[in-house]
This record gives sequence, C-alpha cells and structure tokens, in this order.
Amino acid sequence: MADGAPQSGISANRLEAEDYHANFADLYPPLDRHEAHVASDRCYFCYDAPCVTACPTAIDIPLFIRQIATDTPEAAARTIFSQNILGGMCARVCPTEQLCEEACVREAAEGKPVQIGRLQRYATDTLMAADVHPFTRAAATGKRVAVVGAGPAGLSAAHRLALHGHDVTILDAKPKAGGLNEYGIAAYKTPDNFAQREVDWLLQIGGISVEHERALGRDTTLEQLRNDFDAVFLGIGLSGTNALGIPGDDLENVQDAVDFIDQLRQANAKADIPIGRDVVVIGGGMTAVDAAVQSRLLGAETVTIVYRRGQDGMSASGKEQDHATHEGVHLKCNAQPVALHGDGAVREVEFEYTTQSGGQLVGTGERFRLPADQVFVAIGQTLGETGLELDGRKIAVGAGGRTTLDGVWAGGDCASGGDDLTVTAVAEGRDAAEDIHAMLSGGE
Amino acid sequence: MADLSINFAGIKSPNPFWLASAPPTDKEYNVRRAFDAGWGGVVWKTLGLDPHVVNVNGPRYGAIYGADRRLLGLNNIELITDRPLQTNLDEIKAVKRDYPDRAMVVSLMVPCDEKSWKTILPMVEETGADGVELNFGCPHGMSERGMGSAVGQVPEYIEMVTRWVKQNTRMPCIVKLTPNITDIRKPAEAAHRGGADAVSLINTINSITSVNLDLFAPEPTIDGKGAHGGYCGPAVKPIALNMVAEIARNPVTADLPISGIGGITTWRDAAEFIALGAGSVQVCTAAMTYGFKIVEEMISGLGQWMDEKGHTNIDAITGRAVPNCSDWQNLNLNYVTKARIDQDLCISCGRCFAACEDTSHQAISMSADRTFEVIDEECVACNLCVNVCPVEGCITMEEMKPGEVDPRTGRTVEAEPADWTTHPNNPASVAAE
Ligand SMILES: Cc1cc2nc3c(=O)[nH]c(=O)nc-3n(C[C@H](O)[C@H](O)[C@H](O)COP(=O)(O)OP(=O)(O)OC[C@H]3O[C@@H](n4cnc5c(N)ncnc54)[C@H](O)[C@@H]3O)c2cc1C
Ligand SMILES: Cc1cc2nc3c(=O)[nH]c(=O)nc-3n(C[C@H](O)[C@H](O)[C@H](O)COP(=O)(O)O)c2cc1C
Ligand code: SF4
Repeated sequence: MADGAPQSGISANRLEAEDYHANFADLYPPLDRHEAHVASDRCYFCYDAPCVTACPTAIDIPLFIRQIATDTPEAAARTIFSQNILGGMCARVCPTEQLCEEACVREAAEGKPVQIGRLQRYATDTLMAADVHPFTRAAATGKRVAVVGAGPAGLSAAHRLALHGHDVTILDAKPKAGGLNEYGIAAYKTPDNFAQREVDWLLQIGGISVEHERALGRDTTLEQLRNDFDAVFLGIGLSGTNALGIPGDDLENVQDAVDFIDQLRQANAKADIPIGRDVVVIGGGMTAVDAAVQSRLLGAETVTIVYRRGQDGMSASGKEQDHATHEGVHLKCNAQPVALHGDGAVREVEFEYTTQSGGQLVGTGERFRLPADQVFVAIGQTLGETGLELDGRKIAVGAGGRTTLDGVWAGGDCASGGDDLTVTAVAEGRDAAEDIHAMLSGGE
Repeated sequence: MADLSINFAGIKSPNPFWLASAPPTDKEYNVRRAFDAGWGGVVWKTLGLDPHVVNVNGPRYGAIYGADRRLLGLNNIELITDRPLQTNLDEIKAVKRDYPDRAMVVSLMVPCDEKSWKTILPMVEETGADGVELNFGCPHGMSERGMGSAVGQVPEYIEMVTRWVKQNTRMPCIVKLTPNITDIRKPAEAAHRGGADAVSLINTINSITSVNLDLFAPEPTIDGKGAHGGYCGPAVKPIALNMVAEIARNPVTADLPISGIGGITTWRDAAEFIALGAGSVQVCTAAMTYGFKIVEEMISGLGQWMDEKGHTNIDAITGRAVPNCSDWQNLNLNYVTKARIDQDLCISCGRCFAACEDTSHQAISMSADRTFEVIDEECVACNLCVNVCPVEGCITMEEMKPGEVDPRTGRTVEAEPADWTTHPNNPASVAAE
C-alpha cells in the first residue's frame, strides 16, 4: 500500500503490516537486569525524599530502588504495591517528568533524574511475571461495598477494601474493566494487553466481583446502591466530552478524540483503522497528543495539533510534546477553530489567531485554513449526571473522598481536587477505601 | 516470612540487625528513632568513667570514595562518649523501659583495674540493659591512655578484664575485638578463657585516609596536624569477614557466639557475616551514610532470601559457610575452569584484554572489530577478567568436566580431588593411598 502518493480522504491499511507492529510496540522497553542495576545505583537514598512527596501515591521510592540495587526486585514490588496497587500501570503511564523524576535531586544536580518510572516497571514486572499476588485478605467482615467504575480509582478502592476483608461489587458500564487504562491510554504505553492482565492480577486478592455493562443511572440508581450496600464509592471518571459548538462540527469525519482512541485500543488489527491523510487535532492536553501521535503511527501524512493558547499553556507535558514533534506532529498554538468546511465530509478547518487581552483570550481577526480529512476534538471531558453536589464541574468531595451524601464516596477524575492522572485516581481510590474502612470498622 | 528473631548469648532481639556502638547510638534521641525505624537492637556508644572525655572540635572524619562519590571507607578520630556517665545511664534506662523487646547492650571502656569495673557494672545493671560489650578495640586516643586497643592487643589483659566483668555482673558479656593485631584468634581465645559470652568484631582499623597536599598533613586535619584514625565502612568488610571466619573455624572458639561488624550495608552483607558464623550483626557506617531507614531493606532482603531458600530462622543459616572455609593446601587442584565471555553481553570495552594481556597470562584475544575471546590454551582461570569486567555476568568461569583435556596443560581433568598435600612438587607431600 505504501507506494505512490498518499491517498486523500480516510483509508485503512496506509502502512505495511510490520510497520504497525513496530509503531505500536512498547514506547520505552523494559530495563534488563544490568540496566536496572546501573540505574538503581544512581539513587542517593535521600532523606525524606522529594520524589516521594512528588508521587501522588507516596511510594517509598528510595527504598524500592535500594531493594532493586540489592537484587530483591520482588521486595521492591511489594514496597510499590503497598502504596499503589496499579504500580505496574503507573510505571508505564505516569508523566514522571512532572512528578517524581522532576523532583529527583539528580535532576537538580545533573539534569538527569534517576529513571524512577522505568525502575518501577522493572520491579513490578518481575513480581507480576511470577504471577505472585503479594497480599492476603483480612478475615471477612461481612460488610458490603459497591464500587461504581472499574477505572484506576475504582480498582484501587476495591482492592484496598477487599484487603481489609470487605466484600466488594464493582459495576462498570463498559464490557471490560480498567477504565481509561483499557480504553484511553496510548496503545504504545501499554501494549500486550497489559491493562487486562493487571486487572486479573489485582483481582487475585479475592472478595471482589465485577459486573460488566452495568451502568449507574441506567441499570441502577444511587438510592438503590445505598440501600443494598454499606457504602458506595464512585469512580466513574468523565464519561462525556465537550463539543466544538461551531459551524460544521457535525460534518463527517469530525470525531471525538477519546472515541477514536477507544476504537484504536479495541481494534483487533491496527491496520483496520481508517485514518485521514491530513489530520487536525484540536486541543492541548494528553488526549490531543495521544490522538495526534497515534494518527501519525497509523500512517497519516500530516497531523497538526492546534491549541488556542501559547505552548506553555498546554497541559501535555514537555516530554509529551517532544514525543509528538519527534513523531512528526506539527504543533500550532494561539489559534482557535471558528468553522469546519466540507461537503458531507470535512475538508478544511478554519482558524482564527488568538491573543491575550486584559486576561481574556480573544481572536485577532486574522484567519487561516488547514486541510483536513479527519478532525479529532480533544477539548476536555465532562462528568455524567449523578445528582450529587458539585464543586465546579466535578463531584464535591472532602477529606477521604466523602461526598456531601451520607455513605457515598468519590475519587479519581470524577471528583474535585487533584490532577486528572491515573496515579491520582489510584491515590484517591485508596484513601477513600481507608476512610470507608474506618467508618465500617466503627471508627466513628 | 522467615523468623528473623534471635537469641544472641541470652540477649533477645526481633531481628539480627543492631546498631554498633558509635554516634548512631550516642544518645536517647538517636536510639529511639533507630528503634522506631526497625533496628532490632543497639550497642550504646561506649561509656567511660567521669570526668568524661572530650572530642576534638574540628573535623573527626575522613573518607574515600568510589565512582559517583559513593562513600566506601570512613576514618574517624572520635573518642568514647563525651557526655556525663549518669546522663547516659538515665537515657539508657528510659529507652529500655519503652522498648522492652529490643536488645539494649551497653559498651564500656574503663581503666584496667578491677575497681573501675566494679564501679560501673552495677550502674549499668540498674538501667535494665540486656548486656555489656567491652570495647577493647578503639584504636585512637583511648589507646594512648592504656584502654581500647591497648588492651585488645594483649590477650592476657583481655582475659583478666573479662574475668573481672563476669565476676561482677550477671549480664551477658560481649568482648569487642580490635583488628589491629596479627592473629585474631588469640584475643578471641583469651576472651573465651575469661568467660566471655560472645565476641564482636571488628572495631576500626588504624588508618590515614588521605593527605592534604597543600598542608602536607593527614586528613582530617586539625590546625595543621592529623592523627591516625579508625577505618570502617564497606572497604573493611573483607577483612572483617575473614576475622569472623577465623574465630568460627577455630575449634577452641567454635561455640563462642559472634556479633559480626564491619562494612555491613545491605541484607547480603549481613547474610554473609551470618553464614560465616555471626549470630547478630552490627552496623555503623552504613547508617551514618544513609540514615536509619536502611534497616528496612536489610529486613525485607534477608527475609526474602531466606524464604526463597527455605531457611526458616537465623539459627538455620548461622555458620553454614564455616565448614567450607578451608586452607589453601586443601583446595582441589583437579578443579579446572576456563573463563567464558558472553558475546551477547559484551560491550567491547577491552578491560579484560588489558588486564590479561598486560598483567596476567595473555589468554584473551582481540580482533580488529573488538571481539574478545578467551584462549583456552593460555587461560589459567585466575578470574581477573571476571573481576574487572563492568558487566555483571558477562564473563563467567566454566567448570571443565572430568575426562575433558585441559588445552593449557594437556592433562585430562580427573574426577577425584587432589590437593597440595599430596602433590608431587610438594617436598612435604604424603603419598596418596
Ligand atoms: C486519551 C487519554 C490519555 C491519557 N493518558 C494518560 C497518561 O498517559 N498518564 C496518566 O497518568 N493519565 C492519563 N490520562 C488520564 C487518566 O486516564 C485518568 O486520569 C484516569 O483513568 C482516571 O481514572 P478514573 O478511575 O477516575 O476514571 P476512568 O479511567 O475514566 O474510569 C471510569 C470508569 O467508570 C465507568 N463508568 C463511567 N460512568 C459509569 C456509570 N454511570 N456506571 C457504571 N460505570 C461507569 C467507565 O466505564 C470507566 O470504566 C489519559 C486520559 C485520556 C482520556
Ligand atoms: C565515628 C565512630 C565512632 C565510633 N565509636 C565507637 C565507640 O565508641 N565504641 C566502639 O566500640 N566502637 C566505636 N566505633 C566502631 C564501630 O562500632 C564499628 O565497630 C566500626 O565502625 C565498623 O563497623 P562499620 O563498618 O559498620 O562502620 C566507632 C566508629 C565510628 C565511625
Ligand atoms: S554532620 Fe551535622 S554536626 Fe557534623 S559537621 Fe555536618 S552539620 Fe555539623
């Protein structure tokens, strides 16, 4: 298929079969033992280490790295999992350059942090490859907790609750568990079905049943759950997305970026996914970057991310942006879409340059058009309807993830506070579980 | 997990990891934090009689480093505690009361007369401490006053003082030995004769870590002058391991419990001391370099290794390597190995070649494309290439099977062991049966 000028419009099979394989392989392959030892040797075992403070789940990073250095990666994995049961996924998807590795004192000393993320992967892979689940459940308490959503927040909460001996029922709207680990994260960050393998491994704790394709609001209500269970945890993420709301946004091949990635992650063969020759992605976050990069990896010829503010305003990290440009994605900043043009299917996107004026983002009046066979919209996700009190656009939660409704906790992307990151969701799920556990144990 | 608790010469501790008598155990604040961090026991910083000693007010330490400024050896000129005796005793009592399950051993150093020992021992007993350790090891300052290693270097003194101590207290008595002698078995035997319940070793080794070439003075330099200090840290571990093994192998002291000290930094170091006969281990420099928290790695690592190997408790591994500590003359000369370079792991740095070509047996070849290979006809299996290779596991020693011909000697490898004692070149050899 690769011969000749790339065809305009949307088309599958733009690349040779082996190219797909290479393009969607592990972005950062695992360290081998020697590499792990060299990398671990660089850790200074800092006192009250800044990397630990920077980790939303507060993994004891110096300890686990020392355990790798002394050739006990299994012990290192236990150290990691005791704080973060999704330490395997986090090792692959955390923007470490904005978290632990940014705080590493060797970043300050030499501009080269200890490779914490990759070391974490080395340790967790070692234990998971041995198919060892490092925890045993406490004696059953007879208490029942409903967890809505099997994303990182829900899984983390469920595991911690099960560990304490409670019986957990997870309900999830989707056919597979994992939340965005399964349906959202870039394919090259978590190849080889890792998300499902991790869920299976996590469930080995016992005491957790998962009910797939059971949606809150459709198949049950919050009232019902509060009646049937001793506590309810909501980890429903952000199920809606913002629309462009400009002329032409209903044209064919204008698609939500999250849906596109979902389709990509679930595809049996990446070659089957039709992709445009000229792709435009609108947005400035991780979703925009992932949609753009994966468009390139599927064979799109030109891919442009257009973001309405300056580049330093993009929420995708510098490393993510570099990765995108390295993969041949163009970044265009300070421009907002005003209309999409085409005849049935989209052909062009019209933008207006923007500037800051009196603290406001305003159009300059100067316009330009980009050719586009396909447009991905990545301008933010929204919370589904829960009836709970909100703080801004998310469920209002206090300490321990308590919502304003008795017996209902929430955490992860759907709850107020914290960044929209996998690791934050894990931390909030875990902490809410501890709070629920304290309540169920008659703590108050 | 395996049971890490120990009963060392009657002193119980939840794990074998103790802090050695030194700054980490110098006062209540430190020891409480150490126990909170998970240490199984401490040997309190050495007490003496009042008036208490004083320390220098300039630098006490010198260091040597490995790559990346990793501290490998520490040299110190600190003396015993420089705080009043009663202050220490009060603190020991308070800590022991609050941490009854931890081992509290008190290190002592008083002048070489029975009266001094009779004075201090009841005071220590009164604190509720679990035992005493006699510091016969400090190699600087105190030795100039006839204490520390000045006692530890004279076996008769060790025996005499140990006997006084045993006669004047019910507490278990550990004798801490100095490595600054020629044969470590002699002071250990003397301690044994004197009735010691255990020995601990090593204390620090006489050393000068570096010389300031502007001042022409040893470091650490105090107003232009320096004095030798005591050396410790990872660099001394091999010396300590050998001394521990010597005592464990000696039939006279074979049953004497040993507390192993010297460069212990990780669980593996500790396991090695234990395998050579130590029933507990003590740590100083590693804690001073990295903080109390390192004990977490020691506990998890030792526990994991024991679980993996099916060792259920510390007794099951103590001394397990002692029977394999032999003498040169008993090593099997029919055991033949050859170096093997794993070409997949080799990064072509050429260090093995430099080592073998320049300083050993010219048994490694180098091709134009930097492929390095062992020449079996020349390889004497010295292990130097293995030791200098930067990639662990890249060069290994492969054992030749009986029946194979060693291309270097042309001799067939024999299945039966044979050592120097029966070798024809040995003038004193006894003919094999
Ligand atoms: C494209 C993309 C890429 C990303 N890349 C990264 C990255 O590289 N690194 C990173 O740290 N973060 C990344 N994130 C963010 C990260 O994925 C989220 O922060 C994280 O998944 C939030 O976890 P959660 O459990 O709160 O929600 P989700 O993962 O969204 O899980 C919510 C779950 O709830 C279920 N659910 C929703 N509504 C209902 C209902 N009514 N009834 C029952 N079930 C329901 C859903 O099916 C889903 O399984 C990315 C996000 C996106 C969209
Ligand atoms: C600063 C310093 C002070 C020490 N003071 C004492 C002491 O008062 N009494 C004692 O028995 N040993 C003392 N030691 C020796 C240690 O207890 C220990 O035997 C030695 O440091 C070797 O162990 P290491 O390699 O783990 O440091 C001291 C060591 C250091 C570094
Ligand atoms: S370690 Fe503490 S006491 Fe020692 S020199 Fe540094 S600051 Fe001073």
